[in-house]
Amino acid sequence: MRFKPDLKWSDVTPKADFLNRRQLIKGAAGALALGGIGGAAHAKGQYAVEGIDEVNSLEDITSYNNFYEFGTGKGDPAQYAHALTTDPWTVKIDGLVDNPGDYDLADILANVDIEERIYRFRCVEAWSMVIPWNGFELRQLLERAGVQSSAKYVAFETLVRPEEMHGQRSPILDWPYREGLRLDEAMNPLTLMATGLYGEDLPNQNGAPLRLVVPWKYGFKSIKSIVRITLTDTQPETSWNMQNPREYGFYSNVNPEVSHPRWSQASERKIGGFFASRQDTLMFNGYGEYVADMYADMDLSAEF
Amino acid sequence: MQQVFAPNMQQIFMPLNSATRRLPVWAVYLLGVLPFVWLVVQLFTGQLGVDPVKAIEHALGLYGLYFLVGGLAITPARKFLGLNLIKYRRAIGVLSFFYVATHLAVWLVLDIQLRWGEIWDDILKRPYITIGMLSFLALLPLALTSNNASVRKLGSQAWRNLHKLTYVAVPLGAVHYIMIVKGWQIEPLLWLGAILVLLFLRRFR
Repeated sequence: MRFKPDLKWSDVTPKADFLNRRQLIKGAAGALALGGIGGAAHAKGQYAVEGIDEVNSLEDITSYNNFYEFGTGKGDPAQYAHALTTDPWTVKIDGLVDNPGDYDLADILANVDIEERIYRFRCVEAWSMVIPWNGFELRQLLERAGVQSSAKYVAFETLVRPEEMHGQRSPILDWPYREGLRLDEAMNPLTLMATGLYGEDLPNQNGAPLRLVVPWKYGFKSIKSIVRITLTDTQPETSWNMQNPREYGFYSNVNPEVSHPRWSQASERKIGGFFASRQDTLMFNGYGEYVADMYADMDLSAEF
Repeated sequence: MQQVFAPNMQQIFMPLNSATRRLPVWAVYLLGVLPFVWLVVQLFTGQLGVDPVKAIEHALGLYGLYFLVGGLAITPARKFLGLNLIKYRRAIGVLSFFYVATHLAVWLVLDIQLRWGEIWDDILKRPYITIGMLSFLALLPLALTSNNASVRKLGSQAWRNLHKLTYVAVPLGAVHYIMIVKGWQIEPLLWLGAILVLLFLRRFR
């Protein structure tokens, strides 16, 4: 089944408005738009999610980032990521695939369907934003590469280029940044390779030119500036799990019941507005309807 | 000759000491709240970014740490540098508590937003919050007794002993900072190092 969302950022946020400031969708027009999102999308069995009543502004999304390749401060990526060269860009696809090789970004994009996806993005630090991504389903790229039947996992790597990514000169993580998904997670229609937001190219600080977005997992799973995708039959190493396995599991599904040693995951602050309000965190970040089946046999407090 | 190459520290700081003698204590309080005022100005002029609550919370915590370390530095500064700032130590201590207490208040009210169940869970289950709360609780009696009446009531020796709680509270504050950042970041480690040096210097009488 092709996943065809009918929720567009322009339904939620008028273009004139996102350019200035975040927009609360309130009042009659907002109620209508929300009715469209929740009602219609739900009726078609698509990806309605509770608690999305506001899309964050471009300013929110592009000035508050965790991208340690450019420094550990939330404002560092916006300040330093301009140094990153994103053209030319190639992605090496290797491992258990029929068509391994170096894929030029333009060639990748010419063979996929780019669409808009509005997802809530839930950081492990207990904050969230609602982001209007543009991108394509990862499975389209994987199908093109020809996943072999022995493949069970997908591993991703971020670019290593310390001369442009000054954060990589300090050993805060074991570079390159690495992430991974189980194959069924990678093939899930919700799993997006984002190429833009708000209908424009992805800003560097958000992981240009190509990043993963896995909306039911904590944000650090959504690896940025990807240069390598490897199909494997063993569970790949992932950066934050390597750094602190007690705190960061391989799955890292959003789960209000399993608390992180440093952050209660029961609730989250919605970034945006003068003071961010707090809301209850939902299991799988609200996407359980589309993803919970994949974990039916698992003890999610043990495999967190 | 030796004087030329290793001048007596006391002589270097003598002019500074006479200058600071003229600065009244209330001026230190006034200067000490300027960072707070500056935060409020930044807040209302939209300079704190898209998450002003976190920016304020972190800034207040850092200012608290700076003043705590400043307070710890006063005795070694006199002993090893001849710089006498004892007169301002209470002001620096009270200011440090002001920042630590507002830091805690911002966490309770603006960050966790008085969700008491989660607050209690956080205090019990999250070591960095447990440690931060312990540090606050150790500072609380010190702030409450930072007045002449308390010194008289407790007696000088008991008051001094009570105020040795700073030797526990300040390193706990730095550990709290080390634990909240993701990964091993250098700045909080340097602060803990500086605190341990300042405590170690007290061994030399």
